[in-house]
Amino acid sequence: MVRWSRFNIASIVFGFAFLYLPIVLLVIFSFNESKLVTVWAGFSTKWYVQLFHNQALLDAAWVTVRVGLISATIATVLGTLAALAMTRYTRFRGRMLFSGMIYAPLVMPEVITGLSLLLLFVAIGFDRGFWTLTLAHITFTMCFVAVVVQSRLLSFDRSIEEAAMDLGATPVATFLQVTLPVIAPAVFSGWVLAFTLSLDDLVISNFTSGPGATTLPMRIYSQVRLGVTPEINAVCTILIGIVALGVLIASVVSRRRELQRVKDEQAAFAH
Amino acid sequence: MRVIRGETMKSLGSIRRSFAPWADPTSVPFIVFRNVTKRFGDFVAVDDLSLNIYPREFFALLGASGCGKSTLLRMLAGFEQPTSGEIILDGQSLAGIPPYRRPVNMMFQSYALFPHMTVEKNIAFGLKQDGMPKADIAARVEQMLKLVKLDKFAKRKPHQLSGGQRQRVALARSLAKRPKVLLLDEPLGALDKKLREETQFELMDLQQQLGLTFVVVTHDQEEAMTMADRIAVMAHGKVVQVATPAEIYEAPNSRFVADFIGDVNIFDGTVSSADNGRVQIETEAGFAVRVVSAEQPAPGAKAGFAVRPEKIRVSRDQPAGVPLNAAQGEIWDIGYLGDMTVFHVKLKSGKVVKASSLNAVRAVEDPIGYDQEVWISFDENAGVVLKD
Repeated sequence: MVRWSRFNIASIVFGFAFLYLPIVLLVIFSFNESKLVTVWAGFSTKWYVQLFHNQALLDAAWVTVRVGLISATIATVLGTLAALAMTRYTRFRGRMLFSGMIYAPLVMPEVITGLSLLLLFVAIGFDRGFWTLTLAHITFTMCFVAVVVQSRLLSFDRSIEEAAMDLGATPVATFLQVTLPVIAPAVFSGWVLAFTLSLDDLVISNFTSGPGATTLPMRIYSQVRLGVTPEINAVCTILIGIVALGVLIASVVSRRRELQRVKDEQAAFAH
Repeated sequence: MRVIRGETMKSLGSIRRSFAPWADPTSVPFIVFRNVTKRFGDFVAVDDLSLNIYPREFFALLGASGCGKSTLLRMLAGFEQPTSGEIILDGQSLAGIPPYRRPVNMMFQSYALFPHMTVEKNIAFGLKQDGMPKADIAARVEQMLKLVKLDKFAKRKPHQLSGGQRQRVALARSLAKRPKVLLLDEPLGALDKKLREETQFELMDLQQQLGLTFVVVTHDQEEAMTMADRIAVMAHGKVVQVATPAEIYEAPNSRFVADFIGDVNIFDGTVSSADNGRVQIETEAGFAVRVVSAEQPAPGAKAGFAVRPEKIRVSRDQPAGVPLNAAQGEIWDIGYLGDMTVFHVKLKSGKVVKASSLNAVRAVEDPIGYDQEVWISFDENAGVVLKD
């Protein structure tokens, strides 16, 4: 056993406080009776009730979810194809350029991505709104999916694809029946990542959205500029709850799978 | 009986069964490689190779890694295309036919089982691709499971199986479609020694039972010798010798084959006479060899005499026939292996000769020991003459 020194305890407490104190404060004040954000006046859930009467906020949430679902799905398809191209065709001309260009958006300042997309949409005369927003989100989340799927494909045993073809499966059947099911977990994590990134993006959304396509982060940001209300705290608390639940489910699922695998292996060796 | 230059030679090794279509000029080969070359960039993996494999043959491609044996197998399966030349299967050229339309199936070295499918589904995969009716698939899968004795494991996934069980699933899967030819890439490489030996015999029985043509790639000479009807020894993309295991062992056609298969002593020297099916070589090891030989090199030519350790006798007494086929030396090293003992005898010339003798009895009075003066000797048909 490791002895817990005072220094260790202090650094852990301080570290966690640094990370979570603001969030805890936000959650606590979302249940505040008072309209003043910084003064505690007793417990109440009225801000949550009020939240569901705030049509602008609900509309923004609905836009955010739709943009997230559509952009994450398309980004996953494109990102997976890009990852396949990069791991499968290792010798094509311009591969370095191609993979470099896929990774570049990862480190590109969002302001630049947003601005360049805005210029593009203006140049081709694409009216800004829901679809420009979705396209922009596909653009910047695709590379994250590509990275996640590519790392899975690097450890992928190509011989199972050869085995499938050897057994009479056409390349398309091989991809659908063998490759895709095996890399599915990575494709799914790619999708979740893309969805999450889309959900909380503010900068790029600001550049590329138009009338009638305001996302939740944009709405929150604009409201905060007029003063933080407990209503905003309530929205954020709900968001935190959703994200925390997602993380919890993901970790429980992977933990269970790990336990099952260990159990299976023990069963195999028992025979 | 093989007849070599008028001399009736005793049968080489034990004969497994009377099956020798390669020796019959009227039999039609099943698989033909005709002048096949495969290049990867500047590297020539397979070099102008021609080879015939007959129906129901258990054929082994044997060689060190990088000799082109796996490339040859992959060309047969359709994963690689020959740069030039032609591969013919059952009278049909395979050029341009993709792997999924070839009547051959392959068992992969890594087994390549589909990790997300149960044993049952793995075996059914190929049948499903062919659109076989469900009931027929179920029946065939059951039959295959019985064949490889895995009926109890139908619902398991590959990671729930041991190595030997996975190997059998891979085998069942590749046999399920009843291919004309089964290709096996290092089929036993991942098994431990005991299991490997058992499985060798199982594979042989299976091949007999099903009457299929097996082409196996291996780097393990023991595996090839045990299982195959014929072995093609490969090096640098070429076939060096194609023959039965016994011929490869007892009558290698080159220094490479003699050295590659088993242990061998090679005595180099100059031919002094060649007559009546016999060749005499004055060896650099300081004694003369006079042996039965199909090769009849001209007197004065350089030649080597290759003889296996188990065909060399070690004795304290001077053998008959000296100075031919015998030499004096001292025991340099002794290796006791249980079933036999290996002696390293250092001749007067400094050459070290390997000789092995079977330990047929448990204890010997006064066994040959270190540093003792001994004679080595062999019969006139103990080895082969290799031309340079």
